[in-house]
Amino acid sequence: MYRAEISSIGAAIAWRKAARGFLSNAIPPEEILWGEGAVVPDLFGQEATAPPIGEFKVPRSFVALADHVVWHSDPSRFARLYALLWRMRRERGLMSDRGDSELAHLRRMEKAVLRCKHKMKAFVRFRELGDPEAARRSFAAWFEPTHHTVEPTATFFVRRFADMDWRILTSDVCAIFESGDLRFEPGRPKPNLPDDANEQLWVTYFRNIFNPARLNVQAMQSEMPKKYWKNMPEAAVIPDLVASAPARARAMAEAAPTLPPLRAARVQAQLPAANPWWQGTVGDLPNAINACTRCPLHENATQAVPGEGPPSADLMIVGEQPGDQEDLIGRPFVGPAGQLFDQLAAEVGLSRTTAYVTNAVKHFKFTAKGRRRLHQRPNGAEIAHCQVWLRAELEQVQPKLILALGVTATEALLGSGEDILRRRGSIEYRADGQPVLITLHPSYILRLPDPTLRARAIENLRADLRLVDGWLAKSVSDQQKATV
Amino acid sequence: MTKQTLDQKLAILSDAAKYDASCASSGSIKRDSRDGKGLGSNEGTGICHAYAPDGRCISLLKILMTNFCIYDCTYCVNRVSSNVPRARFSVDEVVKLTIEFYRRNYIEGLFLSSGIIRSPDATMSDMVLIARKLRQEENFRGYIHLKTIPDATPELIAEAGLLADRLSINVEMPSDAAVREHAPEKDPSQIRKAMGDVRLRKEAANDKSHTGKRPPRFAPAGQSTQMIVGADGSNDAQVLGQSTRLYSSYKLKRVYYSAFSPIPDSSAKLPLISPPLQREHRLYQADWLLRFYDFQLDEITSVTPDGNLDLDIDPKLAWALAHREMFPFDVNRASREMLLRVPGFGVKTVTRILTTRRHRMLRYEDLIQMGASMKKARAFVVAGGWTPGTLTDSANLRARFAPPPEQLALF
Repeated sequence: MYRAEISSIGAAIAWRKAARGFLSNAIPPEEILWGEGAVVPDLFGQEATAPPIGEFKVPRSFVALADHVVWHSDPSRFARLYALLWRMRRERGLMSDRGDSELAHLRRMEKAVLRCKHKMKAFVRFRELGDPEAARRSFAAWFEPTHHTVEPTATFFVRRFADMDWRILTSDVCAIFESGDLRFEPGRPKPNLPDDANEQLWVTYFRNIFNPARLNVQAMQSEMPKKYWKNMPEAAVIPDLVASAPARARAMAEAAPTLPPLRAARVQAQLPAANPWWQGTVGDLPNAINACTRCPLHENATQAVPGEGPPSADLMIVGEQPGDQEDLIGRPFVGPAGQLFDQLAAEVGLSRTTAYVTNAVKHFKFTAKGRRRLHQRPNGAEIAHCQVWLRAELEQVQPKLILALGVTATEALLGSGEDILRRRGSIEYRADGQPVLITLHPSYILRLPDPTLRARAIENLRADLRLVDGWLAKSVSDQQKATV
Repeated sequence: MTKQTLDQKLAILSDAAKYDASCASSGSIKRDSRDGKGLGSNEGTGICHAYAPDGRCISLLKILMTNFCIYDCTYCVNRVSSNVPRARFSVDEVVKLTIEFYRRNYIEGLFLSSGIIRSPDATMSDMVLIARKLRQEENFRGYIHLKTIPDATPELIAEAGLLADRLSINVEMPSDAAVREHAPEKDPSQIRKAMGDVRLRKEAANDKSHTGKRPPRFAPAGQSTQMIVGADGSNDAQVLGQSTRLYSSYKLKRVYYSAFSPIPDSSAKLPLISPPLQREHRLYQADWLLRFYDFQLDEITSVTPDGNLDLDIDPKLAWALAHREMFPFDVNRASREMLLRVPGFGVKTVTRILTTRRHRMLRYEDLIQMGASMKKARAFVVAGGWTPGTLTDSANLRARFAPPPEQLALF
């Protein structure tokens, strides 16, 4: 029979050293008695006689498991860990077998230690010992952990409270941090720590952050078990808070006035419905568009995106609707489709800055899919509701030519967006005689999966853009002829 | 009027903040003060330092800077027409409380909200001042969550994002109409613009410059929002639809659902019922399915009779009961996506099933060992030594999960 005494301070390293010694001497678990003690024994310094079995590698997950389980309060923890280690020599995949009952037991122990560590981080309550004005302030706490978690948790407090001295005292092990150095000492009986005025403020906070109408004692206790209460100053007021909660909630309800019907809101919501054509000044138009609630799209979009450009531009470019980026930034054609358009326009010598750029529909329409927004084509009603704004923009700018990008723009400007691939590259006229050049929408091109189709579509759009300059030049010369 | 003590102010201004559902302190960048020059750390995961008897976690010092407010939102205890006692912290008082509480290990940091006094900009600049003092004068490295005022100028929100870990802007209600009715001074589109602005600034802060230098982090723990549930007539489908759009539009970290709770001195416009806590719980469950289980919104809402989630059973079970023709799944063969749809299986359980079945065949007992809730799952899975037989299609399957009908009081 072998005996191994694992010290309470430094247990993780001591157990690993002992286990490595036993294992390399091929000593089976049933021949070892594991004990807890204050002395660090030199286990195999001289005694080891059996020839070592050589290097034995364990998965990293076992090391992580053992590093937690050694802090458990169960005296059988060292033996259980060693027994698993012993089995691992033959059973290769043991660590990833979530159905193995012995491993599951150790996992539960690990979980208990992790929970205990977490609760220690949460429930330690410091009191100030010295002068609050001192360069390095000094604090102490008395704590009663369930497992031996002071040592593995102390580094957390080092990371957090490095600019002050502190000590966490327990009957098991004490962690002491002074002038930047951490050390451990044996446990001691509970000391009398001085009163701390901030504790009263904390209890006041605890009393008042509680909502008596939502009393749920079970949820509180499952996360903050009673065993911790006696060292937490705020826990002293819990019985009173629980007892008075129903009466407080009732008092709130009884003090309440009666209710008006909720339907008034629905009536109010219908107010901005009518108002067919907008009449206002040039400067008011963006604000008016922004305040638009004519269709439900405004509820989901971030903001309306009015057109922009010189108010007397010869060319007006009409797209479909804002996309994800336009919706966030509040300006038209700044997303990927806008960038493609800019690039092609630049290639044919057309500058977007001289044109007035807008969309047929001013709010972004989309469906939310997980973390993304998928663009959706506006329907006829939405296009119709938004006509007010497109028409107002057309009246203000009075362009010589309108470039309609894609189906939605064509539908908004000419009444129908059907058969767009055949109509593109041609000019049609609105009821009031304004010419509209129909072409493809750059975002349609971006969505084409087939590279050859996409290349052809790009060439088509480029060709259509080339027509713009020619038409504008022609219409200027026509006008000059007319005036002559 | 006698001057209020700090204790009295704290009582009033924490009472006023208790209707805020958010208290998370997780998801930010890791920081610590090992260099000895500052105070505090951030470990990535939040720590709940205490639990109130309402079962809610206390992680941050959650207070209002002031509960004076010029707005008149009916659901809010601090609205201008309410008769609650009023108080106001000075900037230094908030800083001192945060630091002293933090040093005693009571909190993870500060959650600061405020009633709106004088103007949105004046209020917001005081909040920014508090955050700046904490970060720059006290070298505070703990968590700061600022509830921003949507009407404040973008420059103030920009500075807030550089100081705080998380920003939040409340959408308040599930629909624009409800906001207009209950919070007449708040503008839903202004709220959305402010959220969009935060998303853009956060994305801009992720782009490295041409020299490879990263701009300062902007709200590293992201942004969140809160929606009050049960104060207006919206159903759960509308609530979840709104939150799905918010997640996708502004990349929110969390949408908090706050069951409307009776408040002292309530307005005549709102129902004073006990808060719909179970509904709040079901909404969080559904929200979870949308974010982590790859459920689509219409899958969850299509199995609800009136657009409201079933209060008796959780949304995943409700979906499974309505789609029994797809079950049972074989735990030894089914894909990850399918296993995630089994009621009683969580993400962890599914991962454990997948790693273990690479080595061997799974039996019913193994699933219990892996933490699956077999009481729920047994009707929907096949495993070694187990087949549900006719259980999957049995007529009384729902009754096995729903609580038994309650005898109503006669009088």
